[in-house]
Amino acid sequence: MIERRGIGRPVAHLVLVLGVFVVAFPIYYTFIASTQSLTTILRPPLPLTPGGEFAANYGEAIFGGIGRIGGVDVLTLLFNTLVMALGIALGKIFISILSAFAIVFFRFPLRMAFFWLIFVTLMLPVEVRILPTYKVMVDLGLIDTYAGLILPLIASATATLLFRQFFMTIPSELVEAARIDGAGPLRFLRDILIPLSRTNIAALFVILFIYGWTQYLWPLLVTNDNQMNTIVIALRKMVSFADADTPWHMVMVTAILAILPPVLVVVLMQRWFVRGLVESEK
Amino acid sequence: MPKAVFPNRFLPYLLLAPQVAITLVFFYWPASQALYQSTLKEDPFGLKSKFVGLANFAAVLGDPDYLHSVRVTVVFSVSTAVLALALALFLATAAEKVVRGKAFYRTLLIWPYAVAPAVAGLLWLFMFNPAMGTFAYLLRDAGYRWNPLLDGDQAMVLVVVAAAWKQISYNFLFFVAALQSIPRSLIEAAAIDGASSTKRFWTIVFPLIAPTTFFLLVVNTVYAFFDTFGIIDAVTGGGPAQATQTLVYKVYNDGFVNLDLGGSAAQSVILMAIVIALTAVQFRYVERRVHYG
Amino acid sequence: MAKIELNEVRKVYPGNVEAVKGVSLSIEDGAFVVLVGPSGCGKSTLLRMVAGLESITSGTVAIGERVVNALEPAERDIAMVFQNYALYPHMSVRRNLEYGLRNRKMAADEIARRVDEAAKMLEIAALLDRRPGQLSGGQRQRVAMGRALVREPAAFLFDEPLSNLDAKLRVQMRAEIRRLQRRLKTTSLYVTHDQLEAMTLADKLVVLNGGRIEQAGSPMEVYERPASLFVATFIGSPAMNLLPLGAGGLAGLTLPAGAASAAGAGETLGIRPEHMRLVEDGAPQPQDMVFDLTVSGVEVVGAESFIYGTLPEGGPEVAVRVPGYSHVEPGTRLVAAADTANLHRFDQKTGHRL
Repeated sequence: MIERRGIGRPVAHLVLVLGVFVVAFPIYYTFIASTQSLTTILRPPLPLTPGGEFAANYGEAIFGGIGRIGGVDVLTLLFNTLVMALGIALGKIFISILSAFAIVFFRFPLRMAFFWLIFVTLMLPVEVRILPTYKVMVDLGLIDTYAGLILPLIASATATLLFRQFFMTIPSELVEAARIDGAGPLRFLRDILIPLSRTNIAALFVILFIYGWTQYLWPLLVTNDNQMNTIVIALRKMVSFADADTPWHMVMVTAILAILPPVLVVVLMQRWFVRGLVESEK
Repeated sequence: MPKAVFPNRFLPYLLLAPQVAITLVFFYWPASQALYQSTLKEDPFGLKSKFVGLANFAAVLGDPDYLHSVRVTVVFSVSTAVLALALALFLATAAEKVVRGKAFYRTLLIWPYAVAPAVAGLLWLFMFNPAMGTFAYLLRDAGYRWNPLLDGDQAMVLVVVAAAWKQISYNFLFFVAALQSIPRSLIEAAAIDGASSTKRFWTIVFPLIAPTTFFLLVVNTVYAFFDTFGIIDAVTGGGPAQATQTLVYKVYNDGFVNLDLGGSAAQSVILMAIVIALTAVQFRYVERRVHYG
Repeated sequence: MAKIELNEVRKVYPGNVEAVKGVSLSIEDGAFVVLVGPSGCGKSTLLRMVAGLESITSGTVAIGERVVNALEPAERDIAMVFQNYALYPHMSVRRNLEYGLRNRKMAADEIARRVDEAAKMLEIAALLDRRPGQLSGGQRQRVAMGRALVREPAAFLFDEPLSNLDAKLRVQMRAEIRRLQRRLKTTSLYVTHDQLEAMTLADKLVVLNGGRIEQAGSPMEVYERPASLFVATFIGSPAMNLLPLGAGGLAGLTLPAGAASAAGAGETLGIRPEHMRLVEDGAPQPQDMVFDLTVSGVEVVGAESFIYGTLPEGGPEVAVRVPGYSHVEPGTRLVAAADTANLHRFDQKTGHRL
């Protein structure tokens, strides 16, 4: 290739190193701050290498003491967030596979009506209908429940459309072969369709897990009880105090704890995530 | 669509039931409530409400605060999208040129995708907080009067940077995929035709990735509209003096803080219309993609 | 083992498209019947109705005395081999073979016995632990056959199973399918558009056109006594030469005295290329019809050549088979002859054999 000669490649590396520096720096900086004492943080500039308070800060955050946010310990918050993220990811995958399966592999009256009913929800995020949705949650008594955190966010068509698109690429002979082999619809779904969708399911899982974990506005509205807060909400509440009182070292520890699980999921499942993202959203 | 189907009368309805139920309860019911609410006006005590037709819409669209919010949203969305797209494309073209370490760079560049917007806002606020942010300190040391808590423009710059930072990962992945799908032979042919590296980029590469760029532009705009609530809430809370109050933030503020239900509902309906328009644009584009192969 | 009986079977698709227009066909127990015809003739639809993959608009399909119209494909005791093989890509070859048997809750040792037997018969025993994606086209074809074999069904249905293979493999698999069927004596219904495949495989050949049976019979019957103009041109390569006669006969064609009175206007005469010969040395015999041709092209196949020539005044092109390597140049004028004993006569209006 032409660009392989000359200074092109070193320059490219330089650009990327700078890019990585800019992109990763805020996270690195947060990590640095999480290992400093509050006094060091309040006296800028902050050193660029980790301080000596790592064990003390993280120990305090995880095992109680000042780390309790609004009387709730960090592990409860992480658990709430995990339930919400998993609930959204698995719930959406579950209902989407079933409905896409029905729409692609059956012919029945009102099929297209149902398709459009679901399709319309494609791009209306919960943010545009927060107030009425909130009222519905109140009416149904779902405030401060996991169901309240999860259900409204899985009412969307994106995953359904993705599965529909994938199912339509399944050769019809495969369905026919399965029918001749004595597989009914549910057995076909279990034995053939779901195993063939593994990559899509994995990719979608990563995307939805991140989506669920990083939610902010909805959990803010639907939880009053601090016990039901997600880690992102709790973190936000920590800095809502007057600036001087904010325990910034604890905020930074909590921020790292809030960032770590989704970053791990993305990095470890990178292969599927990248493929799923680029293929599904096009 | 496969012609092979299962003959079954009840099963498909059963399979559709969970999604349809959830969609009806958590989408159609609230959406219709929003439509209904948007035509009502409550008395100051919230005891009675009466039908006022399109008066809420007229009030919203005639409200200078709302129009200000529209301007803020446009500035914020366009700046965020352009910044995030430009940086991502720049990095993606560099990533295309390197042979070794591609996966390493990618791994480090996708981190921000996993960071919650509210947390992202917090990180940037922490770095640029006038009280003890290291960068605020450095800026002040350099003689620059930096205070995003008081200066609206500076507040806007901060939320734009934070929002764009989070979106770079996503755009980067798409640009890398688009660049990889350009046939090598095309670029080689251009090189043989004597086009310089820069010229090759603007005359061959850029037009070929234009569909992806357009797709990302729509996605980034939608992102800036809706997913950035957390960033704005964490960094500025819409301030100072509403300088960073986007439309979504205003819906929240008017509905939950100022308790103007009719006005908030009318704003919701307007937002829905905007989203539907954006979706339509995207779908027209998706249809065009088919012709590109 | 069972016979298959089709009685006035019709298929009408939504929009009133009639794909199969009343087909009655009886397939003897153990017979190998090939449905052949151009694309869109309804042969695949017919096969799929037997399989239960398409509903039957009217008429009945019976497999082994049992009318199966209302039965699921799995309940019809048939096995099918698909054109693109339709192997389950995420299962090993063994699991592919077992799948239909497991779904029928067959005992494990019986499943193992059948799989091993089929694998041995098809020489795929070494491939049992691989995935379909790791196999060549020919190997996939064998696995697809194996999946049908292990079922030990009343009938095999083949839907153009060889058309995705390259020419050499196709000939090889063709012979193998024939050999297997002879050995198992399982009633088989085979769909193809390739007339050569049809001729070599079939006990009974069924030529379909426009949703109807044009002719059914043994391959040689169909070849030697085509029932219609369509069959005459569809079976045989190059196709039978057709000579439509007008009021004054056909320019450049001389019929012997006796035949001339019998064959008249409104008829089309047919003569296969191998029944034609060049008149270079000897004069034509009394019973010969004689062609006055201008050579338009020559196809040398190897052991033989086909000379294509046109009759004067824009008449039809005819092919003449000659042994060996022909050196005739295009533009040359030739005289060809054919014995009228080999003549086929068709009604121009109905296309039927006279």
